[in-house]
Amino acid sequence: MKLEGQVRIPSGCAIAAVISKEGSRMSGEMITNAMKPMHDRSNGLGGGFAGYGIYPEYKDFYAMHFFFNDRAARKDCEVFLKERFEIVQSERIKTRKIPAITDEPVIWRYFLSPLKSVLTSMQMDEKEFVANTIVKINTEFKGSYVFSSGKNMGAFKAVGFPEDVGEFYRLEEYEGYSWTAHGRYPTNTPGWWGGAHPFTILDYSIVHNGEISSYDANRRFIEMFGYKCNLQTDTEVIAYIMDYLLRVQKLTLEEAAEVIAAPFWSTIADKSESERKKLTYLRTVYSSLLITGPFSIVFGFNGGLMALNDRLKLRSMVVGEKNDKVFIASEEAAIRVMEPDVSKIYAPAGGEPVIVRLKEGTF
Amino acid sequence: MFIDVSDLDYKELNDSIRDSIDCTLTNCCGQRFIAAGMSNKSITINGVPGNALGAYLNGATITVNANAQDAVGDTMNDGTIIIHGSIGDAAGYAMRGGKMFIRDNAGYRAGIHMKQYKEKIPLIVIGGTAGSFLGEYQAGGVIVVLGLGTQSQHIVGNFPCTGMHGGKMFLRGNCNNIKFPRQVSAKPANTDDLAEIRKYVSEYCELFGCNANEIMDSPFTVVTPDSKNPYKQMYVAN
Repeated sequence: MKLEGQVRIPSGCAIAAVISKEGSRMSGEMITNAMKPMHDRSNGLGGGFAGYGIYPEYKDFYAMHFFFNDRAARKDCEVFLKERFEIVQSERIKTRKIPAITDEPVIWRYFLSPLKSVLTSMQMDEKEFVANTIVKINTEFKGSYVFSSGKNMGAFKAVGFPEDVGEFYRLEEYEGYSWTAHGRYPTNTPGWWGGAHPFTILDYSIVHNGEISSYDANRRFIEMFGYKCNLQTDTEVIAYIMDYLLRVQKLTLEEAAEVIAAPFWSTIADKSESERKKLTYLRTVYSSLLITGPFSIVFGFNGGLMALNDRLKLRSMVVGEKNDKVFIASEEAAIRVMEPDVSKIYAPAGGEPVIVRLKEGTF
Repeated sequence: MFIDVSDLDYKELNDSIRDSIDCTLTNCCGQRFIAAGMSNKSITINGVPGNALGAYLNGATITVNANAQDAVGDTMNDGTIIIHGSIGDAAGYAMRGGKMFIRDNAGYRAGIHMKQYKEKIPLIVIGGTAGSFLGEYQAGGVIVVLGLGTQSQHIVGNFPCTGMHGGKMFLRGNCNNIKFPRQVSAKPANTDDLAEIRKYVSEYCELFGCNANEIMDSPFTVVTPDSKNPYKQMYVAN
């Protein structure tokens, strides 16, 4: 079989998310259940979740989740990891055998601390070093794939329907202050474990419903900065774009949203002078990072979430609120599963980011 | 007849509606295609129905006591859909007959590609506000937006009537702040228009219990296409 990255077929999908602004921790069961009424948006070729705040006992270490084709690939990769990191913990990620999920690779988790001596000799800051390591593994180590690498967060993904993937990874045993979820209907690639969402780099994660038509333009630009799009799936490039804009270029989340879902020139023309200047600047400098085509995404990071639609709003997305919790989903039904009595429910406009952060002091 | 649909998928759900005459669905949560293609029935839904509610509807009446999701009344031909709440995107997509009344707000692209033929003139009445691209490629039928219960100056979002080349739109207010594309003309409603609007508003008020005279005590704007330049290339010249 040809793997993801070797074949391109020209996505309908389902996304959902929840966050507690107080930082209270919720088990992964709620977000798994939220995916059930949206079952028909996926086709069983991918489901996944990201949980934040799930590893408090290891919060100072990079939690790296791996798919390995076999034991040999793991051993080979471990030799490389040991050259760069202190391995604080190394374990198989606990899963549950269920008929709906088959052909699983070796699924492994490491908690890692970068070796100071290597950092010094490479003259890199820590995050740059970790990002660089991930790109290196995913590009050069056959049979090894890092699918999660942030601190105190983790992605869990597989080929299957999302509600089955949640059961497979025993998400009810994890507790996080925020969760994102995805059900996949792959349209460009055949659907492999690594190609399921969320896509992550460091603590950033993306779940995406849509089909971006600017993929190649975005990819060509972002690959100039050391990223490598290995999977030909459009969501991967969004994760790297966000990392580049936020971590490297130090833009705010609002500014990053204005880059990837930039308003039309005609809309910019109607803004106040200072707004117009800023928006013109962002559209001009980062024109290659404008994402066109339909998308609704939830972007997760340590301490919060951002939901965003494409500027034409070609995919649906609904936001609900209740007390300190904010819910986001492709369909209101999913929100009603998480909170039947949701107090406020609305659909953000295209290109209008919804940014939710933990209360100060809770994170 | 009450049908608890909590454990039914859309196929079983529609089978049980077909087996009944009038029914009330309880515990609905996201099932798609409810009442697709059905006629001669009255269906009440408690809970949030899924996408494509009443697609190809052919005469049945659907009342939803909650919000509804996307693509309600897709290609519906006849019948009535009443939403006691708001509605998602693409309501009345390619609608070709029948009526839809939405108490609150509509999402993006309400009435996209509505059409009409002879006596088949579809109608969408939106009590609150409508999102961007209202009446995109509208080819026929009537869309009414009342803007009730909103503080916002804009009762419709950006780019209304993009590609509109048939039908009519009635918007409450003078709409000075709304930017329309070049191929449509927006004018104050005349006496005949107001009489037509009153008919729709009265029906809305009967359903949702409000005062038609108060709603009509406002200017209205009528938008119709100029026949000369029907296709503006919005998506290219951006």
